[in-house]
Amino acid sequence: MEHAALHDITRDDSSLRRFLHGLPGVDQVGAEGRAAGLATRSIKTTAKAWAIDMAIRMVDLTTLEGADTPGKVRSLCAKAARPDPSDATVPAVAAVCVYPDLVETAVHALRGTPVGVASVATAFPSGRASLETKLHDVRDAVGAGATEIDMVIDRGAFLAGRYLQVFDEIVATKAACGDAHLKVILETGELATLDNVRRASWLALLAGGDFIKTSTGKVTPAATPPVALVMLEAVRDFAAATIGYGATATIGPGAAATIGPGRDLAGEIRGVKLAGGIRTSKEAVRYLVMVNEVAGDAWLDPRRFRFGASSLLNDLLLQRHKLATGNYDGPDYVTVD
Amino acid sequence: MPDSTSDSTSDSMPHSTSDSTSDRLRVRKTYKLYIAGAFPRSESGRSYPVRSATGELLAHAAQASRKDLRDAVLAARKAFASWSSTTAYNRGQVLYRVAEMLDGRRDQFVGEVSDAEGVSTKAAATQVDHAIDRWVYYAGWADKYAQVAGGTNPVAGPYFNFSLPEPTGVVGVLAPQDSSLLGLVSVLAPVVTTGNTAVVVTSEDRPLPAASLAEVLATSDLPGGVVNLLTGVTAELSPWLAGHRDVNAIDLTGVPNADRKALQIAAADNVKRVYAPGPVDWSADPGTSRLSAFVETKTVWHPIGV
Repeated sequence: MEHAALHDITRDDSSLRRFLHGLPGVDQVGAEGRAAGLATRSIKTTAKAWAIDMAIRMVDLTTLEGADTPGKVRSLCAKAARPDPSDATVPAVAAVCVYPDLVETAVHALRGTPVGVASVATAFPSGRASLETKLHDVRDAVGAGATEIDMVIDRGAFLAGRYLQVFDEIVATKAACGDAHLKVILETGELATLDNVRRASWLALLAGGDFIKTSTGKVTPAATPPVALVMLEAVRDFAAATIGYGATATIGPGAAATIGPGRDLAGEIRGVKLAGGIRTSKEAVRYLVMVNEVAGDAWLDPRRFRFGASSLLNDLLLQRHKLATGNYDGPDYVTVD
Repeated sequence: MPDSTSDSTSDSMPHSTSDSTSDRLRVRKTYKLYIAGAFPRSESGRSYPVRSATGELLAHAAQASRKDLRDAVLAARKAFASWSSTTAYNRGQVLYRVAEMLDGRRDQFVGEVSDAEGVSTKAAATQVDHAIDRWVYYAGWADKYAQVAGGTNPVAGPYFNFSLPEPTGVVGVLAPQDSSLLGLVSVLAPVVTTGNTAVVVTSEDRPLPAASLAEVLATSDLPGGVVNLLTGVTAELSPWLAGHRDVNAIDLTGVPNADRKALQIAAADNVKRVYAPGPVDWSADPGTSRLSAFVETKTVWHPIGV
């Protein structure tokens, strides 16, 4: 983070707190209403086919169970590279997301494919460990070949108001990632308010997170439309805030007016990943509408928007088949996991 | 909400207005679909007029769309695991309970069948009695069918070899068009007796007894989703049912011969079991042919003497 204005914000705990608490509050009723309004858009025929393929390309196919085995990860990788073995037109997913000890298996299984390997790290899912332990976790995963790291923030520190500690941990993790992309999990289900979601989003973006991610998938509620809305606004506003920074740059959502859907983007573009509880194509397409309307079509790209999911992919394949053949499909024709 | 049935003149209702002497406004019934144990309107918002045999408007019934059918298949699939693993004895008890509930509302069904089919009250009563008896008949078969259809097989080897019937899965039923209650019960009961779950498209012109049967099923301990009843246009829904890859079998009883071939071709895509009987006399002894139409025989070779 080389911007001078942003440097000032993160100089010490009190300036960081002043900035985060100076962010405009989120109108919760308004956010819910806006999210519900966007969910009523009707996406049909060719637009639906495009959206389904885009959603497949945005999936981080995830397995984060205590019972994961190398065999399960290998079959998941095969599915990630070729989601429907009977149809070569189905694109591959964006990445496979596993625990650090299974990264090596996944990297080996995905060699020669465009599919990335993401790994959760930093004492996932609670984030309750010393910084040294967390960084060791990250270095393990990166060393094994992970191209993307999903870290969790210390929600306890965040809720207690120790913003600089959270900031420093993200910065340290980013440094430990090297070339790997860093996704910062906010665990919005534990942040209580949308105001906190906005603050945590900005905190993670300021600290250099390449993606902000809703949830670990271990806490309910996980990704919800209002939360996604607030996070998409944050990345949009962050991109606007980092355009032509300098003495006159306004940092914060006030700068949002300088960009909008379809405009050229010059600022720093960060991504959003929604994880947890997204199981149907219908929900996924609604989120894509929201991405387009709130952040802009520049974010309709697997490099900038992801779905962390496992069963979603099956439903996308079923809907894709329905569109292609006209017949309703059934779960007998997709894999169980 | 502007009621789609508001143009029906309540005084013209032949049987439904039992209290015609009173000044009370009649409470008109909204006939709805039966999906997953609930009574939704059609997702499409459509309804269609249902007329008696003499042409009087009886009510408007919900006109199911392909999406209602899709929801019904999902519900049936979800209900299949537990219904098929319920003990046969227990299934029989639940089906017998359906007969009890049906018997309790006998008068209502006599009126509805009489209106729908244009037959005398006496003839309608005979049909309703037959329908109740048919539930009892199939309820009795629930824990006996496996003995008849299954058994041990003599084999020349050290194996205990036995066969048993297992339910096929989700069965799509296109119910008979003429017999609105007895015909419906005769095609539906055998499907669920052996542990299948059903998605039924009811008689197109005579759907009201079926819509009321749904209320009987909903109050009979039958788990939601085991039976789903869709009122609507048979020719509109049948191709979606036949082509649906999560439906394991289809009963073409209510489809005219001319339309059956296309449905059989569509059903072949996922190798559905197709049952396409000739004309049926619904009052005759049904036998067990409909029970055996929707079961799969599993044969087990169990090593012995080793």
